[in-house]
Amino acid sequence: MSQLLLDVNGLTMRFGGLLAVNNVNLAVHNRQIVSIIGPNGAGKTTVFNCLSGFYIPSDGSVVFKGEQIAGLKDFRISRKGLVRTFQHVRLFSNMTVIENMLVAQHRHLDTNIAAGLFKTKRYRQLEQEAMDRAAYWLEQVDLLDFANREAGNLAYGQQRRLEIARCMVTQPELLLLDEPAAGLNPRETKQLDELIVQLRDEHEISVLLIEHDMSLVMGISDHIYVIAQGTPLADGTPDDVKQNPDVIKAYLGEE
Amino acid sequence: MRQNLYSAVFAAGITFVLTCLMIGVKLTSEGTQLKVVSATEAQWGWIFAGIALVFFSQLFRDQISAATAGIPRPKLATLVPEQVRSPKLKPWLLAALVVGLFVWPFMVSRGAVDLATLTLIYVMLGLGLNIVVGLAGLLDLGYVAFYAIGAYSYALLSSYFGLSFWACLPIAAVLAATFGFVLGFPVLRLRGDYLAIVTLGFGEIIRILLNNWTALTGGPNGISGIEKPTLFGLEFSRRASEGHVPFHEFMGIDYSSGHKVIFLYLIAVVLVIWVLFVINRLMRMPLGRAWEALREDEIACRSLGLNRTVIKLTAFTFGASTAGFAGCFFAARQGFISPESFVFIESAIILAIVVLGGMGSQFGVILAAIVMTILPEFAREFSEYRMLLFGLLMVLMMRWRPQGLLPSKRPHMELKR
Ligand SMILES: Nc1ncnc2c1ncn2[C@@H]1O[C@H](COP(=O)(O)OP(=O)(O)OP(=O)(O)O)[C@@H](O)[C@H]1O
Ligand SMILES: [Mg+2]
Repeated sequence: MSQLLLDVNGLTMRFGGLLAVNNVNLAVHNRQIVSIIGPNGAGKTTVFNCLSGFYIPSDGSVVFKGEQIAGLKDFRISRKGLVRTFQHVRLFSNMTVIENMLVAQHRHLDTNIAAGLFKTKRYRQLEQEAMDRAAYWLEQVDLLDFANREAGNLAYGQQRRLEIARCMVTQPELLLLDEPAAGLNPRETKQLDELIVQLRDEHEISVLLIEHDMSLVMGISDHIYVIAQGTPLADGTPDDVKQNPDVIKAYLGEE
Repeated sequence: MRQNLYSAVFAAGITFVLTCLMIGVKLTSEGTQLKVVSATEAQWGWIFAGIALVFFSQLFRDQISAATAGIPRPKLATLVPEQVRSPKLKPWLLAALVVGLFVWPFMVSRGAVDLATLTLIYVMLGLGLNIVVGLAGLLDLGYVAFYAIGAYSYALLSSYFGLSFWACLPIAAVLAATFGFVLGFPVLRLRGDYLAIVTLGFGEIIRILLNNWTALTGGPNGISGIEKPTLFGLEFSRRASEGHVPFHEFMGIDYSSGHKVIFLYLIAVVLVIWVLFVINRLMRMPLGRAWEALREDEIACRSLGLNRTVIKLTAFTFGASTAGFAGCFFAARQGFISPESFVFIESAIILAIVVLGGMGSQFGVILAAIVMTILPEFAREFSEYRMLLFGLLMVLMMRWRPQGLLPSKRPHMELKR
């Protein structure tokens, strides 16, 4: 078994009287695609918000690379290599595609201000490296030809891919994708499927995925967690989950 | 219609309360006593006419906007001819402009040069506040405090320690930046509205402090006799102080008080060019992009590992240091400063310059600074109504051109292949 990257135990999130996430456990190993599925309002996005530091969990532990991160500030968690996307695309829409990619590398470019004011050699070199990294990832998601376009003017599917590329350029180890296939057409969904597999196999990162598209989830996941009404319902390989009577009931009962 | 009636009643009510408080009743001191004096009958007539105007314009606002929809709006973008916008000509135009800025003062009157110097101070202030409000999206209502800090740093350092203008310029900027940092650190974690309130309070605190710390600042009497800048040690007065040479003797020309005015103007030009250079570089740097990104989507920034507090703080600090710069120069130009120069209205004017110019747009801010300082000079006879005119201008801008005179066009990074 490969190494444990993310280990979540007893994660709980309360909003006043509402128990949005109840005692959820998750484990993501290196180079794994793990999915979280569940009906609408199950608390999947809330789990992401807890993991990425947007919410402080009411209870439970989140261990990333052997280090407790529950309660850390969002940007600190992101800097540790746990980066997320959002259910609704969040791009800097008035900036160009390449600028979106550069903002994400803010930290890698963190030279002192005088260096930038007088464009020292080192500054220009760092800037060029950032540009190259951005170009590399734009090529991976098939957006290189759109590099100088305004991000807000891209087609929806392209915006979603840009969001993933923008995360990747921060060089994360664990990527959290919140319904990346929502609103994509079948061809784009297939592209996305290939991209996620490529992230795991070639770039050797792990992906934690929330998705409603069952054929996508079943096709690429190494492990699946099912939650309903904030509570873990089942987990296992795609085949285990498909045959689990509780899961079938939860999904069929919903319809 | 019903909705309009509500808002009409509400707006009229607000107008009533405000005008009654500000114009209707006045506190005047008679000997040792304070007395409440009511407005004259004619004034009450005007007050109620104003309230009625507000009421009806709100009540019939749909009809009014339908009626005015036909009026063509000025297309300011077309004021600049197409060729000028082409990138090839730009460096030449800029060079011509800079040369013009340096040659021009030798051909016009002293008064005009003096006014231009004042305008340049406002350009600097506008550019500085533009970083904070326009680029980083932080509403700072007490910007004048940093201006005051810059001015008093020079005045005090010069009168107590005899430091020269050129030594004080960076010190003033650093001091103002430090104050910006110390103020911003706790406040920038809060939501936007609180920032506006806290900065407003800070502006007043600084002014009141300067007013009351008589032992150090001279209180309401201010500080006078502040040294003028020198040119490599050459002074611009008729007779130089001990150990110094006056400029005219050194050059072997007759003394003219115009030299000093032109010299101050030239310093202002250099300072503005420096500020422009810094801001332009910043906007192309990761930091400048982060300001912009933060204004666009804070949540996305956080998810990408950007520390929003630090980024906002840098914008706030840079803005403050620019004001410190401007303040230092202001003190040197005036030769006399007092808390009177740093009242809230100054903050409001600088903010108006930023809004008028188009948030984030540097060229727009420069244009607006020129409009805001030169127009009042031409309309001297209306000086009592200056604030009223500003108010009217703001309302018209919000109505017809909320994006400002020249909306911001940011330099985009390009991927070259
Ligand atoms: N900030 C919040 N305050 C209060 N309640 C919240 C908050 N965020 C989420 N919730 C509630 O928590 C529950 C779970 O929401 P969540 O968005 O996590 O569901 P989800 O599984 O992502 O659903 P979907 O598939 O529709 O995206 C919902 O009932 C939601 O109303
Ligand atoms: Mg969700």
